[in-house]
Amino acid sequence: MEVNTIYLDNSATTKPLKEVMQAFMVVNEQYYANPASIHAMGVESNELLMRAREQVADILHTEAKNVLFTSGGTESNNAAILGLARSNTHKGNHILTTEIEHPSVLESVKQLEQEGFDVDYLQVDENGVISLEELRAKVRKDTVLVSMMHVNNEMGAIQPIVEAAKIIHESSRAAFHVDAVQSFGKLPISFNDDEGPDCISISGHKIHGFKGSGVLAFRKKMKWQPYALGGGQEFGLRSGTVAVPQAVALSKAARVAVETMNDRAKKYRQWYEEICTQLHGYEEAVHILSTPQGAPHILSFSIRDLKGEVIINAMQKRHVIVSTSSACSSKQTKTSHVVEALNLDEHFKKGVIRISFGAYVTDEDIVKFKQILEEVMKEFKGEQI
Amino acid sequence: MIWKEILIRYGELSTKGRNKMDFIRRLRENIRHAFADLGHLHIRTERDRMFIAIQNEEQMDVLVKGLPKIFGIQSFSPVAACEKDIEAMKKLAITIMDTFKNEQLTFKVEVKRTDKTFPLESHAIQREIGGYVLPQFKNLSVKVKQPDIELRVEVRHDATYMMAQVIPGAGGMPVGSNGKSLLMLSGGIDSPVAGYLMMKRGVRLEAIHFFSPPYTSQNSLEKVKVLANELTKFGASIRLHVIPFTEIQVLIKEKVPSNVSMTTTRRMMLKVADKVREEIGALAIVTGESLGQVASQTLESLTAINAVTNTPILRPLISSDKLEIIDIAEKIGTYETSIQPFEDCCTIFTPASPKTKPKLEKVEHYESFSDFDELIERAVKNREVYIFPKKEQEADKFADLL
Repeated sequence: MEVNTIYLDNSATTKPLKEVMQAFMVVNEQYYANPASIHAMGVESNELLMRAREQVADILHTEAKNVLFTSGGTESNNAAILGLARSNTHKGNHILTTEIEHPSVLESVKQLEQEGFDVDYLQVDENGVISLEELRAKVRKDTVLVSMMHVNNEMGAIQPIVEAAKIIHESSRAAFHVDAVQSFGKLPISFNDDEGPDCISISGHKIHGFKGSGVLAFRKKMKWQPYALGGGQEFGLRSGTVAVPQAVALSKAARVAVETMNDRAKKYRQWYEEICTQLHGYEEAVHILSTPQGAPHILSFSIRDLKGEVIINAMQKRHVIVSTSSACSSKQTKTSHVVEALNLDEHFKKGVIRISFGAYVTDEDIVKFKQILEEVMKEFKGEQI
Repeated sequence: MIWKEILIRYGELSTKGRNKMDFIRRLRENIRHAFADLGHLHIRTERDRMFIAIQNEEQMDVLVKGLPKIFGIQSFSPVAACEKDIEAMKKLAITIMDTFKNEQLTFKVEVKRTDKTFPLESHAIQREIGGYVLPQFKNLSVKVKQPDIELRVEVRHDATYMMAQVIPGAGGMPVGSNGKSLLMLSGGIDSPVAGYLMMKRGVRLEAIHFFSPPYTSQNSLEKVKVLANELTKFGASIRLHVIPFTEIQVLIKEKVPSNVSMTTTRRMMLKVADKVREEIGALAIVTGESLGQVASQTLESLTAINAVTNTPILRPLISSDKLEIIDIAEKIGTYETSIQPFEDCCTIFTPASPKTKPKLEKVEHYESFSDFDELIERAVKNREVYIFPKKEQEADKFADLL
């Protein structure tokens, strides 16, 4: 008998939705022409591409001409940061980010540091949240770029984007980039009005779309460098034949994610609380990194003096897939920079487990997960709990 | 909802003596037409201003977004209303002034008390409201002469009305108040801008496009349709006449020396356009020509081309630089469409070195060996006409995919 695997690693990646796969197939079968071609088939796939673009633009409250399709979150983050910094050196050379960003942001910023940019990192408190006072103090007249993730991928902390945007726009000419890879489709995020971010990164495979697809969107036309040179696709900023099927799939996944966002958030919050209640029962043996103020779909906790890997394996044996802090850093032996930033007690640094919910998770899965968690805890911490 | 109505101040038409009522009627109809989706609007007109009653927030949003595109409006203001109670009035004043909280501004309160039974006199109301608002907004300071904002309060019999925001309109005159013209719409950057500028001066437009399949693609025609549709956003419907031009162009290529073929082509286009103009009862022809921009737009070329008709040819861009034209095209939203790279009827038959100073007699001489008139008649007769904005959307074949 085949065993039903409970997949609770949706922040690493998600399984594409059936209807998204369906659309992808149809586009590949019927609208495979190059959207830059001038024959009728090209015109048709270009029309479809425009519609996909408009749909994403609508969701983010911007215009279609400000939406770029990319290969994913990393490309979007790289392109936003390098492009916005390098093309605005006339405004200054100071960059501000936080110490708990995704590596695709931190490494880009490091690259810029080597090129002579002056970089400051905002600290976070034990809840993983920056201080607006520190932001206010560190934003300078010559700050050209502030990059901040909306929801942290390792423990779900939410940064106060709207308030931050206000401070940044009031006291500098900096562009404000938000890495919304983990938040899009889970929390409301858009350019909305003059007070929002200037630039947003989104990834397709975190919202039940495909790997290899992402979006970089701008609030308005900005000074920004092209980074893939060639045939001048994507408004001349990112050359290369546009992957219409991926764009359509992402657009559809985004629509479904946003339409079902409130219902799912309610569900996730309920599961989150149920599991937290159980975790509180283990008292001293468990420390919960996530906070109730954080995102509803990510729950990170750590087990005293135990390696995360051990828990993962024990869970896996029982057909439950969870993760250490993040997929990117899980293969490295050193403690993740996010965990370091949270100032965790030494006893809890090694044993961080992240569970993350997605559209395919059911109530039964959670009931089952809680039983298995209890089993695993008994196995390792039996004498203590 | 606090909003009650929108007050519209007329543009230039206020100065136009006897035709004024005509203009106002025209503006009212254009507004109704542009916002037909909102259902029937209650519009009240006065000599110097017009009021649109607001039924819900959504209506308000659509109007505030759309009114700046309608010609004939100098500016407009959302008007709020509340009970005739000084506390309610103070509260409303705060809500209204909150719109300006991000700027350093000077302001004053203007009070008009139409309802003399209201217990407080104008000055007292002014003091009460001003004194209440001022300490709550650090960005405001009082200035009695020419302040940045006037918070206008009017105590009428039915309610108290209040407004402060003044949103600039598009200026110009209501489309249709200055007759009808035929726009030569090529699909490039210039002609939609020329059309827009004429609409701004109150001209109602029809458009004509020359289509030469298979030398020009369906794409270029689609592009022109999109442009025609874009222009309808400025408050009027547009009919697009598509002329089958291949036959004429082929004959020109065969019979006329290549260095003047371009001049002849333009002359034939103008002849066709003039016939269409006559049929539809338009008074003038509008083009996007800008002096010296290309070989066909030198004074010599314009003279040779213009010689085929006595109809007034309006060239609103004649003295504009290309960059100025692009600026307007971007502002009105036609630029992105215009720069799509499809072959159009002007570029495909362009000779390598057209004469920039064609001689009229020579051009006429070369043309005299062929009978173009019959072809022109046929082209005019066989034209296809499209009406914009399109009333019904086609079935959406992409809906399932997105």
